[in-house]
Amino acid sequence: MSVTIQNEDFDISRESRALQNASVGAIALFVGTVRSQSTDDAAETIEAMTLEHYPGMTESEIEAIEAAARQRWPLSGVTIIHRVGRLLPDDQIVMVAAAAAHRQDAFDAAQFIMDFLKTDAPFWKAEERGGVTTWVDARDSDDTARKKWARPDTPTS
Amino acid sequence: MSSNDITIRYFAWMREHTGTSTEVIALPEGVTNVEELLPFVTKQSPGHATALADMLAVRVAVNRTYGDLSTAVSSGDEIAFFPPVTGG
Repeated sequence: MSVTIQNEDFDISRESRALQNASVGAIALFVGTVRSQSTDDAAETIEAMTLEHYPGMTESEIEAIEAAARQRWPLSGVTIIHRVGRLLPDDQIVMVAAAAAHRQDAFDAAQFIMDFLKTDAPFWKAEERGGVTTWVDARDSDDTARKKWARPDTPTS
Repeated sequence: MSSNDITIRYFAWMREHTGTSTEVIALPEGVTNVEELLPFVTKQSPGHATALADMLAVRVAVNRTYGDLSTAVSSGDEIAFFPPVTGG
């Protein structure tokens, strides 16, 4: 189990290999990357984005999400890496990898972790467009994605 | 930092309004929760007042755990104010 916040890029093949062993039958690995197109205005190009976090709290929130996933699915390993600092289009931002004996558990756990990370982990994005930096607004669709996992044993904060 | 102090932290656009990421203040007398602390924070500067003008747009954490206006505050605590999160 591993949660890392870092400025540096990461190597997904190395991270995936590290989760593999003879009892693992499935690894679901999600990678989020920086798009050059803004969601709000498709004509506008994003030159860069800067990610800020709350050292200490961000890690513990993600660890709590991971613990909830491990309670819900039989996982043999989980690796979560999130970058902070200034990133450019095509850069990798986040990786969530879940390893299990069977694919459905790996798929579901990776999606669950990602959905909760979006709404609960303290990160903030600022986009640079035309030399102007704007903080990104939170999305209702992210709350909707998180709600589909609602069950008594999931985090409620 | 004296034993009666609290630390207040701001992130993202709230930090830009307050002009500071971290401040240490003496816990005001009679303050027992986040809601009671707010008037003492907003009076620090016009930027502080702007940052905390709409508490529906503000998330609160006390000692790095999500809380709300009713969360208890005591000396030594770290209180954070930040916008809804946008990571991933």
